[in-house]
Amino acid sequence: MTGKVIIIGGGVAGLQAAATLRELGLTPVIVEKTTHIGGKLNDWHKLFPSLTPAAEVLAELKGRLDGAEILTGTEAVEIAPGSVTLTDGRRMEADAVIVASGFEVFPAELKEEYGYGLYRNVYTTVDIERMFNEGRVRLRDGSAPRRIAFLHCVGSRDEKVDQCHCSRVCCITGVKQAMEMKALFPEAEVYNFYMDIRMFGPGYEEMYREAQERCNIHFIRGRISEAGETQDRRVQIKAEDTLIGRPLKMTVDMLVLIVGMKAGRSNEALARCPGISLRPSRFADPADSFCGNVCSGAPGIFYAGTVTAPKNVGESINEGAAAAVKAAEYIRSKG
Amino acid sequence: MRGTGWKEYQKEIADDNYFYVRSCIRQNFFPGSEKAFLSILRSDLGKDVGEDLKHTSCTGIGYHTDIVSLETIMTVVARQFALMTEAGYENLTSSCITSFGIYTEMLETWHEFPETEERTREYLYKATGREFTKPRNVAHTSDVIYKHRERIAAQGKIKLVNSVTGKPLRVVEHIGCHYAKLFPKKGVGGSEFPYVLAGMIESWGGEVTDYPERRHCCGFGFRNYLVQANRGFSIANSQKKLESMSRYKPDFIVTNCPGCAMFLDKWQYTIAEMEGAIYGQDGRGIPVLTYEEMAGLVLGYDPWALGMQMHQVAVEPLLDKLGIEYDPAAKYLGRNGKYLGIPDQGAVNMNCTSQPYMRTL
Amino acid sequence: MAIDRSINWGYSISRPRAVDMDANDHEAAARLLRKLPELQACIACGCCVATCTAGNLTDFNFRRVHTLVRRGEYKGAYDELNKCMLCGKCRLVCPRGINTRAVVMAVKRILGEY
Repeated sequence: MTGKVIIIGGGVAGLQAAATLRELGLTPVIVEKTTHIGGKLNDWHKLFPSLTPAAEVLAELKGRLDGAEILTGTEAVEIAPGSVTLTDGRRMEADAVIVASGFEVFPAELKEEYGYGLYRNVYTTVDIERMFNEGRVRLRDGSAPRRIAFLHCVGSRDEKVDQCHCSRVCCITGVKQAMEMKALFPEAEVYNFYMDIRMFGPGYEEMYREAQERCNIHFIRGRISEAGETQDRRVQIKAEDTLIGRPLKMTVDMLVLIVGMKAGRSNEALARCPGISLRPSRFADPADSFCGNVCSGAPGIFYAGTVTAPKNVGESINEGAAAAVKAAEYIRSKG
Repeated sequence: MRGTGWKEYQKEIADDNYFYVRSCIRQNFFPGSEKAFLSILRSDLGKDVGEDLKHTSCTGIGYHTDIVSLETIMTVVARQFALMTEAGYENLTSSCITSFGIYTEMLETWHEFPETEERTREYLYKATGREFTKPRNVAHTSDVIYKHRERIAAQGKIKLVNSVTGKPLRVVEHIGCHYAKLFPKKGVGGSEFPYVLAGMIESWGGEVTDYPERRHCCGFGFRNYLVQANRGFSIANSQKKLESMSRYKPDFIVTNCPGCAMFLDKWQYTIAEMEGAIYGQDGRGIPVLTYEEMAGLVLGYDPWALGMQMHQVAVEPLLDKLGIEYDPAAKYLGRNGKYLGIPDQGAVNMNCTSQPYMRTL
Repeated sequence: MAIDRSINWGYSISRPRAVDMDANDHEAAARLLRKLPELQACIACGCCVATCTAGNLTDFNFRRVHTLVRRGEYKGAYDELNKCMLCGKCRLVCPRGINTRAVVMAVKRILGEY
């Protein structure tokens, strides 16, 4: 027994798993497919509901790594109990594997009716975070938006794009970004088109209410059915205001698609391992929804973070710690 | 057409040997277009197109207005397939979008529920003694023209450009709802960004004009125009589109659906008479073309041979823009040169007085 | 151009039913929300309508009326709100603490001119 644990993915869950394993005296090796660790948080500006800068959270997690080994630019193509095969054909042995490979951002182009990538002023929440990070939020022509619409559930709860699940974090992301936009452009009208508002986390409902009451953000219950570009490069949208039972149309300067979480492509490779199964949503199915959330059906393979379902940053970090503890228990039990 | 998303949706379109089924509406309102299709395919492209005079309406309008039952329309469709089989063809091409939707829907239904196909075969055999093989390929006739668009461009006499300025004409394309909204994968380019007409326009030198209400239905409906009292919301849908597109100053509209061509053209007359609103440039209506008329003009066909005198909105301003020579006096001559008389022009054509054809009359 | 109004077409062009957020005047709604910002916090639970003294006997729907007003649809709102009996029960049941009676009064005051 070498105490070596391979962690697939260097996002928040993987980083926390590595930190906890170090605390437990084990030897984690992080396998990260991109060139640097930190995962999607690298592209995020501030986190709901506290508006903590994402960089702060990342800095803290990185500070806990305690010299853990990190392999970047390589991906696991085969995962088996006790071993992982990388893209370059290298086979690494380990006493346990923690899969923290995360999710993929739903590709908004698939919802063709919104014209993402075609119409100049249709954006995703990821684009908005990037603009926040760049310190400059502007329309394509460089002007400031005066009317902004956010659309919830893009790539969530939608069988047309094979995404029947709820991505959970998008509701609060939409509320957070709407508030940030209102703070940047106090004169702008901000609308959120939603189907249900699901405020599952502590402080979320309070944030939603603040958005409504203090920020005067308009919430219209109805899904936008299609967007079209107007002559002046604005976006014409159609929805039903379901609470009054009438169709509604408006032209906005900026349409922001609140994109959901899609199961990682790498889950398909993972599923080839005996004992591993995926949910219909293609997220991994843990051994048990109550006592075995970070355990898989295969011995010595554990889960952390959004590999199993959409989760927020805090939940993912907690699972990193939980998976590390489970992995340590497993190694100890094997003696 | 911006973007490349449409490329995801490609369909198989047979290259030759088509069995042609016609459209009820077009035979009455745009008979020249069907004639032009056959002429373009046979004479200009050298393709084999077969027909059978015994083919009937697909009864789609009756089906969509709850007059014709599912079993009946399935049997009617089966009969058309039987005529195709008997004529030795495997590729069906339909002139009508409603029919195209019907043929596709029936084939899909038979695929999902094979017992309905069995029953239909039984009904058809009992009623007519006929049997059929399902078509290997079903394409709308706009798909067929799309397929051969580059050859048409190569053989073309003109391009869709303003003959004076040399600039591409701005063309609004309108796709019939039942082309791709029922089965998005059966349409070139899918349902949100269909490419079937856009591809022709681009190949022939025009410029496709997107506008916010591009995907909106023309308002044809079925029961919605059949019942006079319901026509108010049929016409309102066309008006919504016309208002939205008029800001882009399109030179013409091209559609691939019989009902859309009819309504986008004739409702312009009605709206002008009812409310005085006119949507084209210089106080004139926007000409509405079928894709065969567009292809025919590109290939140098005489506009009156294409049946363009059947349009409610006069096409002469467009012909002048394209630099097409035509005999203004021949517009209202019927078969064998018989003079048919000039209809009242209507408000939608009032500002056409400066046109050469009006001067000569 | 003269339009011949004597023609009986048997139908007329239907007017769009869509709430047109571009054409609507949002000034009065903005005034209302400045006065009673909590109204934006309505989560459409329907408790106010469920308990409404007037709404159980007429088609008066307080939730729908104030939502319409917030979209700039003012026509008829004043008359609708005249159906309110100002009993105050809706304010007791509102989980968002909206001063519903004040909303009724404010809408009527602001929209008096519409």
